[in-house]
Amino acid sequence: MAFLTDRKRAEGMGSAKTGTQHAWSMKKSSVALLILIPLFVFTFGAALGGTYTEVLIYYSRPFPAIVAALTIVVSFKHFNDGFQTLVEDYVHGPWEKWLLLGMTCISYGAAGVGLFAIARLAL
Amino acid sequence: MVQFTLPKNSKIRTGKTWPKPEGGTNVRKFQIYRWTPDDGENPRVDTYFVDMDKCGPMVLDALIKIKNEIDPTLTFRRSCREGICGSCAMNIDGINTLACIYGLDDIKGDVKIYPLPHMPVVRDLIPDLTHFYAQHESVMPWLETKTNRPAKEWKQSIEDRKKLDGLYECVMCACCSTSCPSYWWNGDRYLGPAALLHAYRWIIDSRDEATGERLDDLEDPFKLYRCHTIMNCAKTCPKGLNPAAAISEIKKMMLDRAV
Repeated sequence: MAFLTDRKRAEGMGSAKTGTQHAWSMKKSSVALLILIPLFVFTFGAALGGTYTEVLIYYSRPFPAIVAALTIVVSFKHFNDGFQTLVEDYVHGPWEKWLLLGMTCISYGAAGVGLFAIARLAL
Repeated sequence: MVQFTLPKNSKIRTGKTWPKPEGGTNVRKFQIYRWTPDDGENPRVDTYFVDMDKCGPMVLDALIKIKNEIDPTLTFRRSCREGICGSCAMNIDGINTLACIYGLDDIKGDVKIYPLPHMPVVRDLIPDLTHFYAQHESVMPWLETKTNRPAKEWKQSIEDRKKLDGLYECVMCACCSTSCPSYWWNGDRYLGPAALLHAYRWIIDSRDEATGERLDDLEDPFKLYRCHTIMNCAKTCPKGLNPAAAISEIKKMMLDRAV
């Protein structure tokens, strides 16, 4: 049992002086996805059902390739930020840090793989 | 870590059923949470019957009647009986509210009364609000100034005074904070709707000169940014205030000074 005053317990370690950038970043990626997701659905949909060569030719055009690349990067950034909020809400202690570390690796890794695939198709 | 089940010693059991009043034709059933630290037993729900023809219209009237005439061991806080002191905050019919201004006519079926959710219980319907009050104190709910004290008073325009409407009326009953899931999971670090509403009340006070310091103190992923605009606070506030809007305004100010 720790003999802490109520005020000491409420203050904790004070303010981390962070959080606004995270919230702003989530807001920016939300707005970006609001535009990108419909564009991605329409551009990706247009390529659906085509032969391998047709898809290669389609994704060698700049617009579908750039939309796909941006959607992948922004989606995984947004996913990573959202997952951070989720973990901060429900998981505490060492697991919190390990989960955030793991999910950051997975998110950036998946975004990297997606970008490489688009580059292979486009170039 | 979030918990989805109650600890073993918090699981609620069926308690005593008290006899119905004799000769009553308009009898209503009350199921009330009971727990005392004295006997080491689990919490229980006792059942009482109240003759509504001999009882006032509010939930607090029924509680006082039960305490006076049926079971004097029933424990709850009350004082002003007109929604000003915030003492009789409890969970009635699934809603956090003040027993003194919540009408029995608004409840369909049995009346179920529990203490405010997710707080340590002192006894029966009395939650331990120590941490809640300490969090309120931590936002410095008073005027902070740096300029020398004026000869008469700190002046404020009518327009600036109007900005405090919808904020100063908070009676610190804790209904909002204890209805907030974010406060349930992270109440140790998240300040909760009530404390943040009070923080905003002083942040936008035109006479206060510690706006920057106040915002600095709140800029934290837990103290402020655990609010996900769930809006339970605004829905449950017995005074009709909107703490979620106040928190949103703090977030906007944070952004305005950063971007």
